[in-house]
Amino acid sequence: MADHAGLELLRTMWRIRVFEERVGQLVRADEVHGLVHLSVGQEAVAAGVCGQLGDDDAVYSSHRAHGHAIASGVPLGPLMAELMGRDGGLCRGLGGSMHLVDVEHGLLGATGVVGGNVPLALGSALAARLLGGDQVAVVFFGDGTVQGGIFAESVNLAALWRLPVILVCENNGFAEFTPRSAHTTVERVGDVVAPWHFDRETVDGNDVIAIRAAFARFLADARVGNGPFLLECLTHRLRGHYEGDPQHYREALAAEEWQELDPILRLQRLGHAEGWLDEDAPARLEEEARAEVEAAVEWARKSPFPPKELTTELVYAP
Amino acid sequence: MTTYLEAITTTLAAAMRADPRVLVIGEDVAEGGPWGATAGLAEEFGAERVRNTPISEAAICGIAIGAAQSGLRPVVEIMFVDFVTLALDQLVNQAAKAHFMSGGQLTVPLVLRTQGGAGQRGGAQHSQSLEAWLTHVPGLKVAMPSTAADAAGLLTTAIADPNPVVFVENKTLYFRDEEVPAEQEPVPFGRARLVRSGRDVTVVALSRLVHESLAAAEELAAEGIEVEVIDPRTLVPLDLEAIVESVSRTHRLVVAHEAVRHGGFGAEIVALAQEAAFDQLDAPIGRVGAPFAPVPFSPPLEDAYLPGRAEVAAAVRGLV
Repeated sequence: MADHAGLELLRTMWRIRVFEERVGQLVRADEVHGLVHLSVGQEAVAAGVCGQLGDDDAVYSSHRAHGHAIASGVPLGPLMAELMGRDGGLCRGLGGSMHLVDVEHGLLGATGVVGGNVPLALGSALAARLLGGDQVAVVFFGDGTVQGGIFAESVNLAALWRLPVILVCENNGFAEFTPRSAHTTVERVGDVVAPWHFDRETVDGNDVIAIRAAFARFLADARVGNGPFLLECLTHRLRGHYEGDPQHYREALAAEEWQELDPILRLQRLGHAEGWLDEDAPARLEEEARAEVEAAVEWARKSPFPPKELTTELVYAP
Repeated sequence: MTTYLEAITTTLAAAMRADPRVLVIGEDVAEGGPWGATAGLAEEFGAERVRNTPISEAAICGIAIGAAQSGLRPVVEIMFVDFVTLALDQLVNQAAKAHFMSGGQLTVPLVLRTQGGAGQRGGAQHSQSLEAWLTHVPGLKVAMPSTAADAAGLLTTAIADPNPVVFVENKTLYFRDEEVPAEQEPVPFGRARLVRSGRDVTVVALSRLVHESLAAAEELAAEGIEVEVIDPRTLVPLDLEAIVESVSRTHRLVVAHEAVRHGGFGAEIVALAQEAAFDQLDAPIGRVGAPFAPVPFSPPLEDAYLPGRAEVAAAVRGLV
């Protein structure tokens, strides 16, 4: 691995980690509002996937969207402002945490309804094909999506029409508050789509290098118009389903157990072992991320709340 | 002469010729669909732009929304409005809100064509009139043409609109023969059509009930009651001004639709009309609609259930 690629992945994961931890604090301080779902612990998936996409590729995310947005290149100030409901937010404060959109960076929509984003990605892939482009569409979803009817309908159509779409499942083992085993007898999402016979791979979702490599293979194939593909990333949601979730339904990981799993620490250990990461680089990356996130918080705090008229102004496109 | 159905087909074909971004998606659309609304399109435009789908209403609708967000102008067909239930998450939570929730970044230029109405012994799951649900969702526009000319003109406008439009046709109107102008102009949304002038009572009627109200008006004219019939053509946006203007001359109002009266769109028209023109009204506003029951299958029961000319005439007589 080239030095800069590993560093870039680390930088992205640190930005997501620090941003989301800060969001957690701001939820408790009542500065960030509403239903907030953090992806702390799952940063490798966003970093391993989004960094390889162009701004004209379509990315669709779920209710747990901050990481995908950051890894897609969404600027942190407007992102934080959106979570605070400010006029300077990505969506002028009309979307919120679960409905992030940044067309400029290809983020065409996070959705708060589980599974509702999957067919949208197929549509963007279809548009790329009919308009003659080589863009691909990527949709992120959790393992909880897979038990919904819209998932089966969409997978069937994606396969039937061979759409250049890459389905990226973040299988963290929990659908909201319930372990996967209580919702289905099929353990792996890769097995759910097996009858359609398209290319799929299940990887360690805390190993950003593995994710990056598997996604690169699918992406190259999708670029020439092939598809669909499924990348299943087995990962771990370190925090609750939402901020404030008491998590009575599961045992917390022991600290040393998490040290082994943490995708950031793992890549840093690899970097040290392979010699492309200095001893003091992790602290520096974390510090850079903290400074950037603090600047984003300050930027967002300075943005005013939107004018009340905005609510009725943007119902219809002119 | 042309039919409502032919007007739909020729308008779709014209839109596809004019704009390569327009495509048609739905169940059996390449074969023309159950009535032939899309007949011949696959032959002219090919299978990429006239896309047959499995029976997956939610995914069809979602794909169309994604395609619209990414630069296409899809026209989705949902074979019966009864099946729009299966696509409501996509329509209500995604299409209707995308422009708003993105702070204006996204647009969804999508047309969802469907058809409703009873009268063909279809039973309770193939005969409904569900337009009122859709008018309740900010972000959607709802068109409901009653004639071939309006079907063509409104569909042209719908395809050009940057917002999601639900286009509700009526199965019993599909094969009516009508004169239409050779050069069909687009019909703007939010502009009602004055179907018949009259001095005594205004009847605001939707879809099939426009024709029933006209028939009632002829019957009432023989009794010396002159009825004005107005077809709003689009429910969202609604041409309230035209309704208020008419009521300020007739001072009496009846609203008529086939949908269940309870919670029907007529209730909204009544509320808006009394807010805007209470002082003009000389009588309570009459409402014609179906009873609060599913559409029965048995032919005599279905015939009795359906509001029509007699119900409109009775409502008018009750006001004068």
